[in-house]
Amino acid sequence: MAVDPLIELRDVNKYYGELHVLQDINLTVGKGEVVVVIGPSGSGKSTLCRTINRLETIQSGNIRLDGQPLPAEGRALAQLRAEVGMVFQSFNLFAHKTVLQNVSLAQIKVRGRKRDDADKRSHELLDRVGLASQAAKFPAQLSGGQQQRVAIARALAMDPKALLFDEPTSALDPEMINEVLEVMRQLAREGMTMVVVTHEMGFARSAANRVVFMADGRIVEDRTPEDFFTNPHSERAKDFLSKILKH
Amino acid sequence: MDVLTSNFSTFAKGFLGTVELTVYSSVLALVLGFVMASFRVAPVGSFRVFGTVWVTVLRNTPLTLLFFAVLLGLPRFGLVLPFKVFAILALGCYTSAFICEALRSGINTVPRGQGEAARSLGMTFGQTLSMVVLPQAFRSVIPPVGSTIIALAKNSAIAGAFSVTELLGTYKTLSELGYNIIWTFFWIAVGYLIITLTISAIFNVLEKRWGVPR
Repeated sequence: MAVDPLIELRDVNKYYGELHVLQDINLTVGKGEVVVVIGPSGSGKSTLCRTINRLETIQSGNIRLDGQPLPAEGRALAQLRAEVGMVFQSFNLFAHKTVLQNVSLAQIKVRGRKRDDADKRSHELLDRVGLASQAAKFPAQLSGGQQQRVAIARALAMDPKALLFDEPTSALDPEMINEVLEVMRQLAREGMTMVVVTHEMGFARSAANRVVFMADGRIVEDRTPEDFFTNPHSERAKDFLSKILKH
Repeated sequence: MDVLTSNFSTFAKGFLGTVELTVYSSVLALVLGFVMASFRVAPVGSFRVFGTVWVTVLRNTPLTLLFFAVLLGLPRFGLVLPFKVFAILALGCYTSAFICEALRSGINTVPRGQGEAARSLGMTFGQTLSMVVLPQAFRSVIPPVGSTIIALAKNSAIAGAFSVTELLGTYKTLSELGYNIIWTFFWIAVGYLIITLTISAIFNVLEKRWGVPR
């Protein structure tokens, strides 16, 4: 499947003290692929997502992005992070800046764009996520779904090679989940490489190329959504699916 | 009353001396405190150690002892400066430790995710701190930094014991001239009040302007 690997994790291990949260993780995400990571809470899926841009450090193994090993702290790491957008569960919009400034800030400071160019691009992106009219507001004045769409626009503004989503809809009211998922589906259709940690099985079915099922810090299954949902191999996955698909 | 009127220039000189010490030391303390707070949250271990040692040593040294160390110690190493400059150094460095800790507590009030979001966009540590974290931390540190600067203004009285012209020191001249010590101290207290209330007012304005939660 992965013809042209963009994100590669090899034998990655991570501990929180005694707790072995990531155990011998091997994962390859190809260019243009959408990989959805699911699993019970505490299975290490968010941690996995956060190691890819080194918001979490790992104890052993290696991670490559577009062929390059992930650098340690410093300028090189910052540059690499600019290539990988991240969308958080709690949105994390800069609370002291307007929506427009949120989207423009890193374009100006990291990409070195002129303010006018950056703002123009921001307006385009805000328009794309359906929030063109909210540019002058502060994040706290928006609903959760709107904030998350701004966060997606902010990540896109860096023209990243890949986007990481760490439970992007888990903090949202049910009626706002779809507006965010719709933006994500759109991105998936346009060929963006995405790693999505989520509990939205509908999204996994409809938008993912692969589903990675994690439990207890390990990748238990890594298959197409159709295969996984209709015919899970492991007991762990069967048990998980029976619990969440019932209601 | 005539203590003040007939010795106005003595009081004025002392008053201005204290103002000068307070202003220069505050600037030094704010700059150093900012740098040390940055060090203490830096990703580089040796910076964190340096910041921690700085705060621990300066915060736990009695200010008078620090004055002795600076005014009598530094000249032994060949560094000879006017006493006023030494006093500003001692006061500024001492207070920077408290400013650093106030700033750091402010930094800790900013949710972790703010910094993570900035870093995930490729912003460097310095950019993250100066454009995302500190502007938000700033709002919550205005009151404690104000208190620290007021303490600095009053601490500057110690410089008087090292023959630097400042407000409290004027009592020596005046009591030698035979003036009533009570009234002398009264007017000195008024002088300090003017300075400290001014600082309070400045910080109140800052708080009104910036301290409001979004």
